[in-house]
Amino acid sequence: MLIGGIMVITRKNPVHSALALIVTLLAQASIYLMLYAPFVAGVQIILYAGGIMVLFLFVIMLVSIDRSMKERQFNSQWVVGLIAATALGGLFIAVYTKGPSIFPDHVLPIVENDNTQKIATMLYGQYMFAFEIASLLLLVAIIGAVVMAKKKI
Amino acid sequence: MHEIIRYIESYLKTKDLTPGAAGNMFWVLVYIMLVFAGLSVAVIAMNWLERKILAHMQVRLGPMRVGPHGLLQPIADAIKLLLKEDIMPTEADGFVFWMAPFIVVLAAFTVFVVVPFGPTHAITDMNIGILFMLGVSSLSVLGIVMAGWASNSHYPLIGALRSSAQMVSYEVAMGLAVVSAILMTSLNATGTGTLSMIGIVQAQQAQGEWFIFKFFPLGLIAFFIFAVAMVAETNRAPFDLAEAESELTAGFHTEYSGFRWSLFFLAEYSAMIAVSSIAVTLWLGGWLRPFPNLLNGATWDLVFSLFPGVTFLFFAAICFYNTVRMPKHPLFRIQTIGLAGFGFVLALIGMVLFVPAVSMRVQDIFWFSAKVAGFMYMYIWYRGTFPRYRFDQLMQMGWKVLLPLGLGVLVLTASVALLQQKIWHP
Repeated sequence: MLIGGIMVITRKNPVHSALALIVTLLAQASIYLMLYAPFVAGVQIILYAGGIMVLFLFVIMLVSIDRSMKERQFNSQWVVGLIAATALGGLFIAVYTKGPSIFPDHVLPIVENDNTQKIATMLYGQYMFAFEIASLLLLVAIIGAVVMAKKKI
Repeated sequence: MHEIIRYIESYLKTKDLTPGAAGNMFWVLVYIMLVFAGLSVAVIAMNWLERKILAHMQVRLGPMRVGPHGLLQPIADAIKLLLKEDIMPTEADGFVFWMAPFIVVLAAFTVFVVVPFGPTHAITDMNIGILFMLGVSSLSVLGIVMAGWASNSHYPLIGALRSSAQMVSYEVAMGLAVVSAILMTSLNATGTGTLSMIGIVQAQQAQGEWFIFKFFPLGLIAFFIFAVAMVAETNRAPFDLAEAESELTAGFHTEYSGFRWSLFFLAEYSAMIAVSSIAVTLWLGGWLRPFPNLLNGATWDLVFSLFPGVTFLFFAAICFYNTVRMPKHPLFRIQTIGLAGFGFVLALIGMVLFVPAVSMRVQDIFWFSAKVAGFMYMYIWYRGTFPRYRFDQLMQMGWKVLLPLGLGVLVLTASVALLQQKIWHP
C-alpha cells in the first residue's frame, strides 16, 4: 500500500499514477480482509477499483497528457505539507505508544462469517435514515453532473 | 514422509468441506491444477465449437482439413499464435502494454476459485463468493482500458473506452439481477440468506425449486436480465461493437500480436465461462440434477446417474457415424483413423463413467458442466443470429431498459418474498 501511495504522487505520467492508485485500493481491500470484514473488501474491489478508477482512467485518457508530461513536477507548498505530515505522524505514534488504554475494555470478538448480515442489519435497521440521506446526496450529485454536461437544459 | 501422506489423506476423510475450507494446501493446489486444466481444455474446445457451430448455422462446413472435421484446428491456431512476431509499437508505453493482457487473464482465471462444481468440489467456499466473482471480473475492465491506452493509436483507444463504458454499464444491471437472486436465498426458516456460491445452490436444493422458476415470472425476468447483461459484459455478439472487425479494425487488441493476443482471447472465453457459471449457480441450480426433489428415490437417481456415460457414448456414436461417412480416398486414411481413434477415446470415457464409484463423484461436475455448455451454445447462437447493436443503442439499453427492469424485479421480488413470509407461512 505504501509503495502504491508513493507511486501515485511521484509519477509524471497520470495514467501510471492512476494505476498505482488501483494498486493502493486493492491493498486497502486486503487490509479490510485482515480486519475480518470480507464484505467491505469485496465491495471496495467492485466499486472503487472496478468502477470509480475506470471512470478516472476515462477522464485521464481523454485529456491530452503530452502537455502535462512535459511540465516539471513541482512541490511549492512543502512547508505546509511537512507540518501536516508531522502532525499525522505524531498522532499515529501517540496512539501506538498509548496502546490499548485508549480503546474500550471489552471489545467483542469479531466473527468473520456474518459480516454481511451484520452490516445489513445495522444499515437497514439502525442507520436507515443516514442511508437514505446518503442516497439522496448521490442523487443530487448525479443530477448536477447531468445538468452541467447537457448542451441545452 | 508419513506426515506428508497423513496430511494428504486427512482431507479425504473430511466429508463436507472444500479444500480451502479445510485448509489443506496440497489438495487446494491439486484442485487449482484440475480447474486450470479443465478450463484450458474448455477454451480450446470452445474455439473449435464456435467455428464449427457458427459455420453450420451459416450453411457451410467450417474447418475440415486440419484434423478430421477440423478437430486439430485449435492446436494449429495455437502454434500459429505462438510463432508470430511479438510487435510492440515504438511509442507505446512498455510497462502498461505488457501488463494489460496479464491483468485481463488474471482477473478471468482468478474468478474460478469460488465456482462450485459440486457441494465440496470447489477450490474454496468464501462466504462472500458471489461478491468476489463480481469484483474480480470487474477488474478485467481495467486491463482492457490499459490495453487500449498503451497501444498509443486511435482505434484501440476508442475501442477500449467504448468497451469499458459498456462493461461498466452492464455491471450495474448484472448486480441488480444478482441481488434479486440472493434475496431468494433468504426464504428459509432462519430468514438469513447467504452470498456463498455453494450456499446459494444449497438454498435452491432446500427450497425445492431452481430460482429461475421461483415467483414466476420474477425469477425468469431476473435471469433474462442477467443473461443479456452477461453477454454485454463479455463483449460478445450482439454487443461486440468494441472488437468487431468491420467497425474498429479490432478494437482494443489491434496492436497485440501473437501470444499477447491469444491471452486476450483466452481471457474472453474464460470470462464467458465464468459469468455462465454465475448464471448457472444463481438461477439454474448449479450442480443439481434436474428435478432433485420431485423425482427422488433410488430408481430416479440411477436413471439420472446414467446421463454422463450416455452423453459420451452419444458423442462416440456421432464420431463413428462420421467415420463411416468419410470419403474412401487414400489421402483421407489418416483422418479416418484419427476420427475412429477419437471415437474410441470418447467411448472409453463413457464406459468409465458408468462405473458407480466414478459416476457418484462425477455427477455434480457433469451436470454443472452440461448447463454451462448449454450457455456456451447460446453464446454462439447469439453470435450467429443477431445483428450488432450500435453503440448508442447499446448504452441506451443498458441504462434505460435493463436498469429500470432490474430495479422493478428487485422491488417486486422483495415484496412477494415479504408477503410469502408474513401471510402464507407466518
